[in-house]
Amino acid sequence: MDIFAVLSLLDATIRLTTPLLLACLAGLYCERSGVFNIGLEGKMLAGAFGAAVVAALTGSAWLGMLAGVGVGVAFALIHGIASITLKGNQIISGVAINFLAAGLTTLLGQSWFRQGGRTPALPQGGRFAPIELPFASELAGIPILGPIYSELVSGHYILVYIAFLMVPLTFFVLYRTRFGLRLRAVGENPKAVDTAGISVTLLRYQAVLIAGVLCGLAGAYLSIAQGSGFGNNMTAGKGFIALAALIFAKWRPVPAMFACLLFGFLDAMQIRLQGVDLPVIGQVPVQAIQALPYVLTVVLLAGFIGKAVGPRAGGVPYTKER
Amino acid sequence: MTYFTKHLGALAAGVALGALTAGAAMAEPAMIYDLGGKFDKSFNEAAYNGAEAWKAETGVSYLDTELQNDAQREQALRQFARRGANPIVMAGFSWGSALGTVALEFPDTNFVVIDAVVDQPNVQSIIFDEHTGSFLVGALAALKSETGKVGFVGGMDVPIIHKFFCGYLEGAKMVNPQIRVFENYTGVTPAAWNDPVTAGELTKAAIDKGADVVFAAAGGSGLGVLQAAKDAGKFSIGVDSNQNYLQPGSVLTSMLKRVDVAVTTAFNEAGDDATFKPGITVLGLAEEGVGYSLDEHNASLITDDMKARVEDLKAKIIAGEIVVHDYMTDNTCPAAAS
Repeated sequence: MDIFAVLSLLDATIRLTTPLLLACLAGLYCERSGVFNIGLEGKMLAGAFGAAVVAALTGSAWLGMLAGVGVGVAFALIHGIASITLKGNQIISGVAINFLAAGLTTLLGQSWFRQGGRTPALPQGGRFAPIELPFASELAGIPILGPIYSELVSGHYILVYIAFLMVPLTFFVLYRTRFGLRLRAVGENPKAVDTAGISVTLLRYQAVLIAGVLCGLAGAYLSIAQGSGFGNNMTAGKGFIALAALIFAKWRPVPAMFACLLFGFLDAMQIRLQGVDLPVIGQVPVQAIQALPYVLTVVLLAGFIGKAVGPRAGGVPYTKER
Repeated sequence: MTYFTKHLGALAAGVALGALTAGAAMAEPAMIYDLGGKFDKSFNEAAYNGAEAWKAETGVSYLDTELQNDAQREQALRQFARRGANPIVMAGFSWGSALGTVALEFPDTNFVVIDAVVDQPNVQSIIFDEHTGSFLVGALAALKSETGKVGFVGGMDVPIIHKFFCGYLEGAKMVNPQIRVFENYTGVTPAAWNDPVTAGELTKAAIDKGADVVFAAAGGSGLGVLQAAKDAGKFSIGVDSNQNYLQPGSVLTSMLKRVDVAVTTAFNEAGDDATFKPGITVLGLAEEGVGYSLDEHNASLITDDMKARVEDLKAKIIAGEIVVHDYMTDNTCPAAAS
């Protein structure tokens, strides 16, 4: 493997990590406030659909992204009303969101565009173009660092940079601001927060809506940056992988990034391992390679990370008085 | 809705009864698409275009349905057979067992299955020589490639897609014995027909390894291959339908599989027992059942020399001078071993 093969692998890792990372951070805000979010998958899917529809109709990737965020927030609001205001079961409302998104996107897509649930191909400008960072081509000549900068760091979609910048931002918000302190507190002991005169309901709504925005971005990335148009069920379980990464990272932002990078790396690996002769083992069947990310998820979650304890008040709707 | 379907069913049954006495030609034909959807711009859409062409030609309407999952196969067949549709045409390699069961239950209905073989007196099985068509586009890919490396992205990892790959590989090696061909499959479940993102990633990986032409034999997933090749400024090869127009200037050609012609012919002939041809029908290069596409979108990509070379290969295959190995006969690909 020469340096370009390695860079190509890492480049794909970053592309495949981005949607996981956005969804994972969405889950982090939400669950840190004490609202379990099984519905990441559905919100992402709905966001992807909204983004693709608007981008296809207007020819503007930015409007598409806004629409994706809007749809993500709308679905988050449903989740919020069901599980905060109406005090419903958070898991069940999350599952309901997944079903709703899967069915609704296909149904609307089919009745609007008549292409089997797919949205039409995006016009010029309806899709984000990769961003070449300054000096990328000039610096490419420098050994080692040059290619790393021009191949790996430069030339991604804007949402990729947003996703990775969200990590330090989330760290800062969570651990260095008053809002973050309250957010963490409301997930551990909402009664104490309430006693201090801070609205539990408001905080939880804020967290759920932030999650909606991030899921919308993740969806928009899938349909109008990485892909070109919406396809049925295109999230393909990424929301659940993100959830696994969140637990794996024990609900902390920086480890969450590394967990997502690991899953992205495995995904990129399985694409490159197809039909390759490995030393000793020989050629591995496609099926075994494609199962690798999932097998590793189970192994890692079951054995290697120790006890992952979530926010103590997670999953419990807050009631002021009994 | 139930009221409507009940009466429609009764109406159709009435029509069928009348049709049986007056000869089966009166009945409406039915078309069932496979997973991946009617508008996959590829395999199923070719079948749809064939059915639409028949409708435009004859002015008679037809019934059709799309499958959502594997469990609906027998159900859809019985539904149409009970309504009296004749012939019932279905596209896809997965119909074998479902049709084997249902064809026995409705001996008076004529069935036509494309891409599968079912041995029943009332079934016509149409199969295509995908290996020879793939051979020609493989040769074109090798002629176009400057790096000596080309890619292949298949849909679901099943024998019929290996048949595409094997022909493609042999064709590429015929032109350039040293060529490297990267073989990839989008997945192992039917979802692989509709996963353009994964197919696009596979394409990017092949391009990063040096491939400059990538053949997509992946149904709806192929759209991701075409997009990724276009993004990277490389070439792709479409499949089944003529996909040259999807990314003009980047799609080198399309491996045509005239599912549309098969459907139109089936609608015309299979409804009437006098013209129905049960048994196996093979459509190859000689019958124009498979081939490669040349139109205004790729005219500038294919030089006269390339065209002459491929036409020469085509003539030799038809004449039997070149024998392209069919993967389905023994589930091996001799070209891959060498």
